Amino acid sequence: MKNTAFEVQFEGVGRTFAVPRNSRTSRAANTALGNAANAEPREVLSDITITVAPGELVAILGTSGCGKSTLLRIAAGLDTGYVGDVSIDGTPVFGIDARCAFAFQEPRLLPWRTMEKNVALGLPRGFDKVAGAQRVAELLALVGLSASAHLRPREVSGGMAQRASLARALARNPGVLLLDEPFGALDALTRIKMQDLLLEIHAAAPTTILLVTHDVDEALQLADRVVLLGRMPGQPGSTITELVTVPGNRPRDRGNAELAEIRAHLLEGLGIDRHVH
Amino acid sequence: MSTTTDSALAAPARSNGSAPSGSVRSARNTAPAVKTRNARNPRSSRTRISRTRGGRLLISSILPLAILLVWQIASTSGLVSVAQLPSPEMVYLAGVDLIQRGLLGPFIGISLQRVLIGFTIGAALGLVFGAIVGLAKVWEQFFGSTFGAIRAVPSLAWVPLLLLWLKIGEESKLTLIAIGAFFPVYTTVAAALRHVDRQLVEAGRAFGLSGVALFRTIQLPAVLPAVISGLRLALAQAWLFLVAAELLASSAGLGFLLLDSQNNGRTDRVILAIILLAIFGKTTDALLSLFEKWAVRRWA
Ligand SMILES: Nc1ncnc2c1ncn2[C@@H]1O[C@H](COP(=O)(O)OP(=O)(O)OP(=O)(O)O)[C@@H](O)[C@H]1O
Ligand SMILES: [Mg+2]
Repeated sequence: MKNTAFEVQFEGVGRTFAVPRNSRTSRAANTALGNAANAEPREVLSDITITVAPGELVAILGTSGCGKSTLLRIAAGLDTGYVGDVSIDGTPVFGIDARCAFAFQEPRLLPWRTMEKNVALGLPRGFDKVAGAQRVAELLALVGLSASAHLRPREVSGGMAQRASLARALARNPGVLLLDEPFGALDALTRIKMQDLLLEIHAAAPTTILLVTHDVDEALQLADRVVLLGRMPGQPGSTITELVTVPGNRPRDRGNAELAEIRAHLLEGLGIDRHVH
Repeated sequence: MSTTTDSALAAPARSNGSAPSGSVRSARNTAPAVKTRNARNPRSSRTRISRTRGGRLLISSILPLAILLVWQIASTSGLVSVAQLPSPEMVYLAGVDLIQRGLLGPFIGISLQRVLIGFTIGAALGLVFGAIVGLAKVWEQFFGSTFGAIRAVPSLAWVPLLLLWLKIGEESKLTLIAIGAFFPVYTTVAAALRHVDRQLVEAGRAFGLSGVALFRTIQLPAVLPAVISGLRLALAQAWLFLVAAELLASSAGLGFLLLDSQNNGRTDRVILAIILLAIFGKTTDALLSLFEKWAVRRWA
């Protein structure tokens, strides 16, 4: 395994979703979102500036709809309509970025492929076939899906699908790992197992990880730093309202007083802009 | 596939990953074993007759046999004149007669050939244009309304033009059939491609796929079932247009047999031609549906 980890830099990044007048599909999408005919351009992210060091694990917290997924999509090159600069390893992101691997908020597995073949989709292009099969088997074992390797997505539970999606992203052996609520559909026990797994993988082959989560405790357990996205007064879009460096080495003691204080602070931050949206 | 034995059926069906489809399939193949299986396994008492192979054959042959029976009674009881409705036997004899004259074989051959060639050309073009239009908005705007307008033209309206341009040769018939086969494929493929789950496409792109690789990995498998039902529709259309083409201008084929027999008052041959069209239409469709089953099992 190559030990790559890239720096990720956001410089004044903002994103406004425009409403093209003559596009049928986007109008339909907007109706679906609830803001019908008179929808206007909406600024979702404003002026996000942060540099994530190589190998750092940064958790992104924020209320639903504040733009967390959008931020990850921008980093991956999947969203190109942003303003500002994004660079990975010093070079600007241009188009889909092969240095990133994405575990989406939804599992997004191909329904006609088995779990095994779905995970194999994540392997880097031109990966040796035999070595690839072996790597897929390893990853399936890591996420506890060995017994389900030959099942189709519709035959597995939501949590199993989500673990397969995580394994698919890991298969890339990426320099930047973008995880959008990767443990959202898991029960408490599996969740802790997967969190430990992520930390193990991170310790063994340090990649840079951007981890979106709703869960403050998860952020405090896993991350080196925690970013809180929220709205500043007078600004329409979300920006970084808090940037906390989490003290102590992992695994961290949940009862730690300092952590409890940070936790309370972050929770308060999450509550503040609850009236928005 | 149907070689499943009783003992194999009794084996636990849920042993591995293929359990769900496996158990359904085994339930279908239980024709001779229904009784013993029911006795052994109370759950399978829900196996209906409609689920077994022999049962399905039985149910689906009731109506054709009934029609044959009514036909026989109606034609032999004097209820309808034999000139109006010849008996099944007379239709059969008409068939034998045509075979002996060496006409039926070539007629069937030429009709099948026209359908298959016309269908292949039309379906292939439909696949290509459907893919182009379904994948790129620009091409949808470019072709969409024009093709929509051409599609709105009733099939028979093409005949005079095709005859003027291509004369009465094979080309005019093949073109007509190809037009008929083109549109079902074109529309289903284009629509299916437009509705491929965008999130899956995005996931594919995020994992480095683009162009042909993206199409092969995500879009093609996603639309395959729709493509195949489009092909089945197109095949039905091809037979429809074949008869239209042969009725209007031909000297051989099942459509010609229909027209010629009508002119000579040979109701027996008309009915024979209709039955043959039904049989060949159904058989070719059944072949495609086998292919469809395979593709759905493989991809969906
Ligand atoms: N393609 C789009 N077109 C228009 N608006 C969009 C689009 N994508 C996202 N948005 C808007 O951007 C905002 C942020 O969306 P995003 O998915 O990034 O939220 P999130 O923070 O990930 O929320 P959640 O925690 O619920 O996943 C939402 O209000 C959404 O309506
Ligand atoms: Mg999200």
